[in-house]
Amino acid sequence: MLYLELLFQGIVQGSIYALIALGLTLVYGLLRILHVAHAALFTLGGYLGVIITNATGSLALATVISMVVVGFVGMAVYKLAYEPLLSKPPFIALIASIALFIASEEIFRIIFGPYGLSYTTPPLQGYFVLFDGFFLKHGEALVIVLSVVMLAALGWFSTKTRLGVSWRATVTDPDMASAFGINTQNVRYMNFFIGSALAAAAGVLVALLNNLVEPSMGSVASYKALAIIVLGGLGSIRGTLIAAMAIGIIESFGTIYIGHLLDRDALAFAFLIVVLMLRPQGLLGAK
Amino acid sequence: MAYEITLVTTMAISILFALSLNFITGFCGQISLGHAAFMGVGAYTSAIMMKADIPFLLTIPAAAILAGILGLLVGFASLRVRHDFLAITTMGVVFLFVGIVRQQEFLGGEIGISGIRGSSFGRLGFMAICLGLAGAFAAFSLLIKRSWMGYVFDSIADNEDVSRILGIDVSKYKLIAFVVGTSAAGIAGALYAQHFRFVGPDSFGFVESITVLAMVIVGGIGSVWGVAVAAAFLSVMPLLFQFVNDFKILAYGALLFAMMRWAPDGLAGIVARSMKKLRGRS
Repeated sequence: MLYLELLFQGIVQGSIYALIALGLTLVYGLLRILHVAHAALFTLGGYLGVIITNATGSLALATVISMVVVGFVGMAVYKLAYEPLLSKPPFIALIASIALFIASEEIFRIIFGPYGLSYTTPPLQGYFVLFDGFFLKHGEALVIVLSVVMLAALGWFSTKTRLGVSWRATVTDPDMASAFGINTQNVRYMNFFIGSALAAAAGVLVALLNNLVEPSMGSVASYKALAIIVLGGLGSIRGTLIAAMAIGIIESFGTIYIGHLLDRDALAFAFLIVVLMLRPQGLLGAK
Repeated sequence: MAYEITLVTTMAISILFALSLNFITGFCGQISLGHAAFMGVGAYTSAIMMKADIPFLLTIPAAAILAGILGLLVGFASLRVRHDFLAITTMGVVFLFVGIVRQQEFLGGEIGISGIRGSSFGRLGFMAICLGLAGAFAAFSLLIKRSWMGYVFDSIADNEDVSRILGIDVSKYKLIAFVVGTSAAGIAGALYAQHFRFVGPDSFGFVESITVLAMVIVGGIGSVWGVAVAAAFLSVMPLLFQFVNDFKILAYGALLFAMMRWAPDGLAGIVARSMKKLRGRS
């Protein structure tokens, strides 16, 4: 019974990691930038989710608005921060991104206060009783369902629509894609919009599970998501999803069984280092 | 006077720490997002030895050796993974370090080790030791930079594959860079433990690793004096920005971002460009 519960916890956590890390992978696949500030968009998504839910009473509305707004903010981040740095060595963009992340954490703290915000009436607090003695919170069920739906929609979009195909073409070979008349600039904007919107959704979900948003909620997400996309093989979407689930489940079991040796974060990175030493290109990376 | 001594000591330790990373990242082109872990190894080594009544000066080489051994291991990792993969691996090292330290009773766990006995040199003497070590490492860096080895490092930083074709033993030089850089970080750690008389897991985490990388980049990656100036300035910046207390981290983040956005080659680059302009006019 304990195993099943731990497995479920791992899957819930893994789904959230997947939503966050997917945006990072998309950015990396297109621009070769490790987008640390992505986690700030995740935090922003969480804040907007709580604020709008508290104002309107509708979690669904809050999720949609948060995703759209954060999507546009993501596009602005690309335009203002990354576009001018594309020709510079990659660590410049990395440090700029970290700086942006540090600054935005402070902005959240200054605007919304250091103690964070909660839902006035937390939505979805009920339980499903799956079978005797095994509960699944409504919020946790929503995390799994919403992640599956969004990832399926993304899969459909990228393979079955014209825009999606042009997007994948640009990721594979930007020069060739633009020779075929694809506006690669628009593809980049779209890339940031989608990735940031997914991060915002993850932010709303995390806020729901913890009933709390705080300025530092992104810091765990920022480095953990980096570990996940590297583990998956940088730029590989399938690899990212597998790695997200693997890290989620390993953390869930690991904290119980070897938590006295390593804390939760160290566990994820220990796994990362072991995998990278055996497979330097990541789980599904191309050599 | 006590305040000035503290200030100068802090600066000297930061300069040594930043230059130690500059040796790896600036000279040899190997990015590290986990350099604070090596300072941590040095600091904990020194702290435990001080608790066991071993003279302070003996703890310095011990700190350097232990940090250097860990550095050698990470150096081997750098032979296996490159660029962004190396960046994240080194980031993993610092989380692993903090995660392990937190769970160890004999390292003080979450609370850390406090009440470290002072050295027999007094505050002023200790400041002189810090300045001396920082200065010595700066001179050593300059010497290496201008030597044949400096050119080899340049070549590896520029293009590893071409260097290998030219017959350079890339692996050997990468390991040398890691061992030298991390040993120096270990020494900085020993000084840190003595300076604050306290070590804890939170003093050597990811944020500290980024902070020291920021010093190297703001100074101008690879430039010894640029990095030294940036380290001296940035280490005491929180104190200088006291007047905007609530905004000091925001100011730090904004400054770092602006630097990357408009002057990614750092102080050294800015100075080099203005010198060129001046010469052009005359």
